[in-house]
Amino acid sequence: MNLRRLILIAIPYLWLLLFFLIPFGIVLKISLSETAIAIPPYTPTLDLSAGWQGFTAYLSELDFDNFSFLAEDDLYWKAFLSSLTISVVSTLLTLAVGFPIAYGMANAPEEWRPSLMVLVILPFWTSFLIRVYAWMGILSQGGLLNQFLIWTGLIDTPLTILNTNTAVYIGIVYTYLPFMVLPIYATLEKLDNSLLEAAEDLGCSRIQAFWLVTAPLSRPGVIAGCFLVFIPVLGEFVIPSLLGGSGTLMIGKVLWEEFFTNRDWPVASAVAVVLLLILIIPITLFQRNQQAQREADE
Amino acid sequence: MRRLTWFNVTALTLGFAFLYIPIVILVIYSFNASKLVTVWAGFSTKWYFELMRNEAFLNAAWVTLKVALASSTAATVLGTMAAYVMVRGGRFFGRTLFSGMIYAPLVMPEVITGLSLLLLFIAVGLERGVFTVVLAHTTFSMCFVSIVVSSRLATFDRSIEEAALDLGCTPFDAFRSVTLPIIAPAVISGWLLAFTLSLDDLVIASFTTGPASTTLPIRIFSSIRLGVSPEINALSTILIALVTIGVITASLVSKRAIMRQRAEEQRAAAT
Amino acid sequence: MQQTANGCGFAPWQDPNEEPLIRFEGVTKKFGEFTAVDRLDVDIFKGEFFALLGPSGCGKTTLMRMLAGFEKPTEGRILLDGRDIGPVPPNKRAVNMMFQSYALFPHLSVAENIAFGLKRSDMPKTEIPGRVDEMLGLVQLREFAGRKPHQISGGQRQRVALARALAKAPKLLLLDEPLGALDKKLRQQTQFELVDIQEKTGTTFVIVTHDQEEAMTVATRVAVMDHGRLIQVDTPDRIYEMPNSVYVADFIGDVNLIEGNVASTEGERVEISWAEGQPLIVGSSASPLAAGTRCSFAIRPEKVAISAERPPDAVNAISGNIHDIAYLGNISTYHVRLDTGHIVKAQTANSRRIGRRDFTWEDAVWLSFTDTAGIVLTG
Repeated sequence: MNLRRLILIAIPYLWLLLFFLIPFGIVLKISLSETAIAIPPYTPTLDLSAGWQGFTAYLSELDFDNFSFLAEDDLYWKAFLSSLTISVVSTLLTLAVGFPIAYGMANAPEEWRPSLMVLVILPFWTSFLIRVYAWMGILSQGGLLNQFLIWTGLIDTPLTILNTNTAVYIGIVYTYLPFMVLPIYATLEKLDNSLLEAAEDLGCSRIQAFWLVTAPLSRPGVIAGCFLVFIPVLGEFVIPSLLGGSGTLMIGKVLWEEFFTNRDWPVASAVAVVLLLILIIPITLFQRNQQAQREADE
Repeated sequence: MRRLTWFNVTALTLGFAFLYIPIVILVIYSFNASKLVTVWAGFSTKWYFELMRNEAFLNAAWVTLKVALASSTAATVLGTMAAYVMVRGGRFFGRTLFSGMIYAPLVMPEVITGLSLLLLFIAVGLERGVFTVVLAHTTFSMCFVSIVVSSRLATFDRSIEEAALDLGCTPFDAFRSVTLPIIAPAVISGWLLAFTLSLDDLVIASFTTGPASTTLPIRIFSSIRLGVSPEINALSTILIALVTIGVITASLVSKRAIMRQRAEEQRAAAT
Repeated sequence: MQQTANGCGFAPWQDPNEEPLIRFEGVTKKFGEFTAVDRLDVDIFKGEFFALLGPSGCGKTTLMRMLAGFEKPTEGRILLDGRDIGPVPPNKRAVNMMFQSYALFPHLSVAENIAFGLKRSDMPKTEIPGRVDEMLGLVQLREFAGRKPHQISGGQRQRVALARALAKAPKLLLLDEPLGALDKKLRQQTQFELVDIQEKTGTTFVIVTHDQEEAMTVATRVAVMDHGRLIQVDTPDRIYEMPNSVYVADFIGDVNLIEGNVASTEGERVEISWAEGQPLIVGSSASPLAAGTRCSFAIRPEKVAISAERPPDAVNAISGNIHDIAYLGNISTYHVRLDTGHIVKAQTANSRRIGRRDFTWEDAVWLSFTDTAGIVLTG
């Protein structure tokens, strides 16, 4: 029985160690190596057959050049900063769009709600790539949005939207909307309606009751939704590369280009390490928030 | 009770319009006769026939399907085991590390996961192809499976398993004949989730695949980087239709099951 | 029911030659720093209906889970038929359990639930349907054999759980709050059914409950637990009439407690001084007490008589005013405030209509009771 338990624990454990933790070790290692024109394109490589000596020799050759390179070349600085800006702004935009939807769903008649849920989740099951692609045809120079705006007479010459940051924002809000709507809906749906009635009974107007009761009580869902959008957007690659232009700097895109276009593996790895370090803060905050929420629920 | 005010109606209408208009436009223009995606030139299904003749797409679709089937099945087995260990495993050495490794891939940027796995495969000298993509997809989707299954296991009355032991089951027998049938819906939705994630994945597959085994998302990505094309619209429409049918069927089936169970419970309470 | 058992002279615990079915020897169970069961010794005999009674967290459930095999004692041994069952896993024990939540397998029908344990025993396959049918008959659920657990009512689920646990004919059946999920009326009816089934099958039952009425109704013996220890193990009537401590007296039923000192003793008769200027209370004690011992006098409200005049021949009589009246339909409880400030409850049966009741608020009354009505406790 104990052997069985050991095997049961060992299989997923070893799998995750091998395919999750060790690869990060390798990323860290390569980020401390030098670029070389070879395959693999970096030195030194750890020569395990040389034993301890090989290891110490390897350690002495490690250098932090790639990280100082990241610090010196303002491309990376700007990429990190603009990723953060885009993530923060698009999280707030998603909140602004998502909250009314979640609020409307929570106030819809009970028999509608499961169907509305399905309607929100359905796009999430369809391909991410296709959802981003759908906007390319709408936002392009001769696209449907421009055709529509010209038809209404609001503008005379087509606007350039595709390949700008605006398109990136639209794409992010669109694709990450379910991540924002669902947690907010979950908290709003649990909200006891008699609290609002009590607030109104005690003299609040409806808008006051919203600000004094609904808004504070929906905070856990809002926080969860914001993290669920912010964290993945920070490392986003598909949206900036399809909807963004050459001026759209996002760290996921930089990493991809360093790797695939410049074939600079050590710098790509260093970018990954820095991105991970930046992500640790929101991830830890998110975990703590979720933990506190679970404890409050119990 | 709850109020459906003009505000709510407007929010819902605009919100769902925003969610669905792009998809509807995409579908409509897949039937456009013109090569130009933005100009309507009459109804036609020719892009669907073009698509059927496009070997590159068909091959990529086949590769994607193989990868998705293999990785989602492996991920379901591993993820269910991981969930069981998390919820029922008790204390063991390195439990915190284990649960960290389960949760981390959920929030990890795909570029990092892809890069790190590629570097692993190169370090151990594994030739890249379908097999490496399957390994990569299994790893990140097993974590999703394990979250889905463990939330079901956590709400499940532990005494049902104890009753099985009490009635003479070995722990393995108890898992097979009691636990597994009860958590089966969660295991199935975990599998579906893993399958969809694998079908959908562009970034991790791009890093871990070899030149001979291009998946559908990679093929789509490289073709839409060059611009919009009606063929991609047709392909997207097919994929959207499949997912829509799947999701709606699943939700109807589960809704029916819930309704029937509720009705039976009411009848039972009345007797 | 329990009276009939006693009437037949079923009292193996009084027979020194009788071998117990279950013996706890110095059993302690710790969860980290917390001691759930503390150096506990008790014998349970074949054919008993043994009730473990106590507030939640007193260790009664842990005790039962140790019998089932889900927990292992930290110290001490548990013997079943003289054999230490410590190393035996739950699936190998001739002990079955009926769970508080019933733990019915939701994906199996009623009959499949009952057959579940039989399929994993050494019973030949051909005999299983017969045994399942017999169990269905025992709990009167034959026509529900094909239903799933969610298709039957709560009371029926409870009977399925009982039949499933009894199907393997265990030496010992454990019942964890078996009636906790039922409403009051159904619970009372089911209590008698339980006793019936226990007598029919002759199985030894150990029941865990926090409901003292339930324990009194079904059990041959009741064990009152607190903080992991057994405070008193005795028949229901002795637990009620002869509690060995203030804790037991207070836990079972309603009781008046008056603190005082032993003034003098004469055999079982004890005189207590309890307040300045008040006559001594005369009560009885099972154990000899030294004069001057601090003690509590415990008397049940129904043993206190209430009257307008002092009854001439009463051994104990105290005067007071009616402070409150609780009318409960069949009985009324009078809360009488004594001149010393003590509140003493007296209960009377309402054989007359309410309009003709004798006493009302603020009436001056006399409380009286015999010298054997109350007992003197020191613990």
